[in-house]
Amino acid sequence: MSTSLNAQTLAALAAQLEAGSLSSVELTQAMIDRVAAVDDRVNAFISTNPEDALAQAKASDSRRAAGKALGPLDGIPIALKDVIAVRDQPLTAASKMLKNFVSPYDATVTTKLKNAGAVLWGRANLDEFAMGSSTENSAFKTTANPYDLTRVPGGSSGGSAAALAAGEAVATLGSDTGGSIRQPAAFCNVVGLKPTYGLISRFGLAAFASSLDQIGPFTRTVEDAAMMLSAIAGHDHRDSTSVKTEIPDYRSALLEKKGPWKLGIPKEYFGAGLDPEVGAAIQKAIGFYRELGCEIKEVSLPHTEYCLSTYYIIATAEASSNLARYDGVRYTHRSKEAKSIEDVYFMSRAEGFGDEVKRRIILGTYVLSSGYYDAYYLRAQKVRTLIRQDFLKAYEEVDAILTPTTPTPAFKAGEKAADPLTMYLSDIYTIGVNLAGLPGISVPAGFSADGLPIGLQLIGQPYREADLLAVANAYDSAHDWHQRLPEL
Amino acid sequence: MAETPELNIDRVAELARIALTPEEKIRYAAQLGEVLKHVEQLKQVNVDGVEPTAHAFSVENVWADDEAIAGLAAADALRNAPAQRNGMIAVPKVVD
Repeated sequence: MSTSLNAQTLAALAAQLEAGSLSSVELTQAMIDRVAAVDDRVNAFISTNPEDALAQAKASDSRRAAGKALGPLDGIPIALKDVIAVRDQPLTAASKMLKNFVSPYDATVTTKLKNAGAVLWGRANLDEFAMGSSTENSAFKTTANPYDLTRVPGGSSGGSAAALAAGEAVATLGSDTGGSIRQPAAFCNVVGLKPTYGLISRFGLAAFASSLDQIGPFTRTVEDAAMMLSAIAGHDHRDSTSVKTEIPDYRSALLEKKGPWKLGIPKEYFGAGLDPEVGAAIQKAIGFYRELGCEIKEVSLPHTEYCLSTYYIIATAEASSNLARYDGVRYTHRSKEAKSIEDVYFMSRAEGFGDEVKRRIILGTYVLSSGYYDAYYLRAQKVRTLIRQDFLKAYEEVDAILTPTTPTPAFKAGEKAADPLTMYLSDIYTIGVNLAGLPGISVPAGFSADGLPIGLQLIGQPYREADLLAVANAYDSAHDWHQRLPEL
Repeated sequence: MAETPELNIDRVAELARIALTPEEKIRYAAQLGEVLKHVEQLKQVNVDGVEPTAHAFSVENVWADDEAIAGLAAADALRNAPAQRNGMIAVPKVVD
């Protein structure tokens, strides 16, 4: 019984909770037991608090017994990437800088999940401050891919993806700045959604690159992603970039929107560097949509080759500014050796930040520095405009764009750790979406001969998540890749 | 590395307020040199007359009603302070 609770969809479990055939305490206990059984190998969590989770579950069961259940998420154990604030829970961002930090307030998504009755369970591992593509940059532990423990789960939200794949949560939240939800989702055989920039409040998310960061869910199915999105989307006065837009019931929209759709295939995403097995799986998915009656159209996103460079200038520039707040003064690690206020800054940051974070702060500081700003940062912002226009132009002809999520399946731990540029290339199909601010989703689309998951990426139009989810659901609900569980 | 743009690692580390070890300086300079070589490709793009994008969906003039709302309580704000005294964050002496 326990195993099946750890592999079922959010929709199925919510129905059992509602029917009274399952309690939140039972369900939460199954997650706790699963962590005890497998997390010493998967290492998806930086911390968990079973007692607190069971107390939340008990409260949910009482609400339900009193006929006061708060909705479909009431009693569902959900884990958060360790960059999203939950009052009185730790928030480390996988950094020594915040090793002892305890959140003094709730992120807006946390408030929304609490209001929906969710059991906030566990702090998922990540690359330090969400900078990385493999979760190897965590200061505390390296998360393994549940489908092959010698491989990475992707990143930066690797813990959120691996926890779900390993059955340690029913759904999780991550954040996506250049692919940090979609890439690990593809590597771990789960659904990962990055909504349109501004749809979900970033209040209470430890900032990496503010013009690119967006919170989003990991789930087993697209239907589950729709349920999560309905719970966490919406305008928030505490995030001045959050947008006032109508939030539909995304789950019921799945049934209303049936297609067929016009799907664009960007030729630039199918060139050199694409693994043949990934390419074949994506061609099969294209074939599926064609049989469904969708029009498949080749489109061009001509500035694709400049996405990576543009991203690494803009993201590091924003990061160097955002991470200036970790100065050793107010709420972070402070060097014990510091004798002067300058020491506090220089030494606390030297001790608190890991390699990749330091590297990105240095690069970001450089591209913003006097004499280089126009050549790097301003130019990158202009190329960003061209990248965005490519997508908007394609949407004059098609409803959504279909690509692989990643060029290859999960790579070996340690394989790319010494070479940042090679590591950055694993995000090559996902970063354009962040630069353009669009919604994107990765859906399980098969396995390599070695048993490694492959992800299909669908990219939608701004604020039209309901349409994007419907397109994704057409494929997802007709396949059962998510039922192929890792052997742990 | 002759064609790589010059990255004065000492100067940049100073601006970034990070004390780097000699080993880190050598390693980062080499790794970032590679990254900077890669981003040189942006110089090929014709950006004449192109407006820069700071945010994908620019939201301007966000007004809030002039109503007081609760802020962070002092105890919460101080909760993670590495050193505090009399309800304030303590730091080494700034002015002699």
